[in-house]
Amino acid sequence: MARYIARRLLLAIPVLFGASFLIFAMVFALPGDPIRALAGERALPAAVQAQLNEEYNLNDPLLVQYGKYVAGLAQGDLGEDFRGRPVSDILEQTVPVTVKLSLVALAFEAVFGLIAGVLAGIRQKSFFDSLVLVTTTLVVSIPVFVLGFVAQYVLGLKLGIFPIAGVASGFSGYLLPGFVLAALSLAYVARLTRTALVENLRNDYVRTAKAKGLSPMSVVGKHTLRNSLIPVVTFLGADLGALLSGAVVTEGIFNIPGLGRAVFQAIQNQEGTVVVGIVTLFVFVYILFNLLVDVLYAALDPRIRYE
Amino acid sequence: MQVHRKKLRLSSALLVLALGATACGGGGDEPAGGDAAPEGEAGGEFSLYVTDPENPLIPSNTTESEGAQVLEPLFTGLAVYDTETSELEMEGVAESIESDDSKTWTVKLRDWKFHDGTDVTADSFVNAWNFAANSNNAQGASYFFANIEGYDALQAEEGQQVPAGTTLSGLKKVDDKTFTVTLTQPFRQYPVTLGYTAFNPLPDAFFGADGQPGTADDKAAQDAFGKKPIGNGPYQVEADFTPGTGVRLTRFEDYSGEAKGMADAVDIKVYTDVNTAYTDVQGGNLDIAPDIPPETIETAPDEFGERFRDRNSSSFTYLGFPTYDDRFADKKVRQAFSMAIDRKAITDSIFNGTFDPAYSVISPVVQGHREDACEFCEYKPDEAKALLAETDFDTSKPVDLWFNAGAGHDEWVQAVGNQLRDNLGVQFKLQGGLQFAEYLPKADEKGFTGPFRLGWGMDYPSPQNYLEPLYSTSALPPNGSNTAFYSNPEFDELVKQGNAAESDEEAIEIYQQAEDLLLEDLPVAPMFFGKEQWVFSEKVDNVNMDAFGHVRVSEVTVNQ
Repeated sequence: MARYIARRLLLAIPVLFGASFLIFAMVFALPGDPIRALAGERALPAAVQAQLNEEYNLNDPLLVQYGKYVAGLAQGDLGEDFRGRPVSDILEQTVPVTVKLSLVALAFEAVFGLIAGVLAGIRQKSFFDSLVLVTTTLVVSIPVFVLGFVAQYVLGLKLGIFPIAGVASGFSGYLLPGFVLAALSLAYVARLTRTALVENLRNDYVRTAKAKGLSPMSVVGKHTLRNSLIPVVTFLGADLGALLSGAVVTEGIFNIPGLGRAVFQAIQNQEGTVVVGIVTLFVFVYILFNLLVDVLYAALDPRIRYE
Repeated sequence: MQVHRKKLRLSSALLVLALGATACGGGGDEPAGGDAAPEGEAGGEFSLYVTDPENPLIPSNTTESEGAQVLEPLFTGLAVYDTETSELEMEGVAESIESDDSKTWTVKLRDWKFHDGTDVTADSFVNAWNFAANSNNAQGASYFFANIEGYDALQAEEGQQVPAGTTLSGLKKVDDKTFTVTLTQPFRQYPVTLGYTAFNPLPDAFFGADGQPGTADDKAAQDAFGKKPIGNGPYQVEADFTPGTGVRLTRFEDYSGEAKGMADAVDIKVYTDVNTAYTDVQGGNLDIAPDIPPETIETAPDEFGERFRDRNSSSFTYLGFPTYDDRFADKKVRQAFSMAIDRKAITDSIFNGTFDPAYSVISPVVQGHREDACEFCEYKPDEAKALLAETDFDTSKPVDLWFNAGAGHDEWVQAVGNQLRDNLGVQFKLQGGLQFAEYLPKADEKGFTGPFRLGWGMDYPSPQNYLEPLYSTSALPPNGSNTAFYSNPEFDELVKQGNAAESDEEAIEIYQQAEDLLLEDLPVAPMFFGKEQWVFSEKVDNVNMDAFGHVRVSEVTVNQ
């Protein structure tokens, strides 16, 4: 197992380099002059513009720029944005916020999604089952910004149950955005759980377990659910990766200073080093969570072994 | 989806345009001015929304509106501008700014303290200005110092990094409380420029522990200063500015000026989405939103009543003509195009009154503005058609209309196109695919093949600022923003005379003559003057905004 993990992590290195180079090249390929745009309609004096181009290596060809970036990286220097703010500072400020938001969202997904899925699965074709089917279909079809604004307006502004925006109020500020962020995936989790459960409940071993006189609780809880969780865990793992990569829209609506907002701003300003720094982190997070999911498989299903 | 308030000050017009998108009906009536609000008591605290500033909070590097709003309460310049009229008032650090020949100016300072307790001296200005002008420091507002003697020596030669000099030869300290500024050309309205953020003084701490510019410890001190500026204004920062979150200001009790801050403390909160900020004001979690979402323009006046305000901003939007293009080289063509556009119809139906039609190039927020200076801006479709017929303009070839993408200009430029088609019989083609980063270099490179949208916001409230940087020969790209590539020695001469005038009144009169000439030649068709709208909660009063679009933080009172 340890060797397997080590191999996977080693494989991640070329992937990270490849990804960061591709992203770097894409930002490089964006048309226009970012420093000129920074200045607005009144152009900067030529010498100042030249100085800024020099500072950010904007005059160099792509490979040289990337080389300088990697050289900096080797010394732990992630570069800085156009206002002279180190990328490491940006990460330091935004990562904790995004992690908190993602965990809140994941908790919503896992808890409510699983409960709804299990209840719908064991009471097939009941009223509750239909209710889950209808509500999840509804939620899946609503764009996240509609859900965000409606939740903010009704629960935040009109009823005043949750803070309208921002995280200054602490944990309560994460609840509503976390829920909005989770809503879509929650629907998927509920459906995945239900489908897998229904399928597994038809298996022979379930009949055997029932015949042995086990309580319905332990038939579902001990035997069936564990088997049904494999697709759900795959989904949750991949989804956590997605959540950590920031939620541009949700973070915007609820004014949450996280990674999504930072990367959106950096792309707009064509700040290559910032975009590369953050997106490479995203890639790393994805690799890590995919690995985690694979490891979890083995824990859930003893038939799966890694050499 | 995401509406970004943060843009450069100079391009604020395009943003307000991005915000103005709904249709029909009049906006709110102008509420009474700030004087009508009840005089509040000192004390209490309130919150104010900004988007993230683009640059470190160093006055000479803050040329966009958000950073400038944060700095507004932190610094007091040599002179201040009246909130309503933008007139210069000698209530700042300078006791007097005088000159006999408009070329050499003597500035005498009052006793004044920085937040760290040190004195504001002549050196505080001289060092700050030398720092700002030096191209090696890459300060965004460097061009403000270009009219001081010796500026060129502080600009690195091509291929070099470090310029020849480090001090402006035209800037001299006489004693601790006096310094002189020698300009390259006489400029009567020079004092009017000095209220701008870029001219603010910097304490010794900005130059490190030794207080000396040009030493090794400067960089670290400046990085720290950019997060936690030490100013001389009515408020001070408590901690570093946190991007994405904001900063808390407290009243500076030892403030040297007359108008001390009213509230005890101010929370400057960063939002990325104007909708969220607006909702937070509705919910009472935020006290002042200096911007409102476009779709609320019809409901906000009713919902907020007295707590919704608006005023003219300094933003000016125009359609420039590529005078370098054969089709637009004849001024009659340009006049005909301008007369074929019904500006009022556009501001009423597309902007819902959030913009005013422009019939001059000098903005209503500066002295010397005339309401209908532009003869060829009046909507006269028949005359326009007749005038165009006198020229050899080929109406069978479509006209390209240029604007930058993603900033909400599509609708009004389309409307202009429709009017040109209906009134002049020319087909048009919209060229709105370029982002700002590509659009601006194109403007500098004579790349436009037809009328193009651009905007302007003032640096300082002088008519000169709406003339010389935009249309003079010396402002041709890459040296300036004369993107219509207009060059008329007569115009240059008038501006020069205005600059050298004996008095402000005389200067304004000559500037108006220059404006008349410009509006006859019409290198650009004036389109709109912008407006600011803002709302505030019941907790605060006396929320006034100046012509730069900044809330005057120290005037705000908290209802207790």
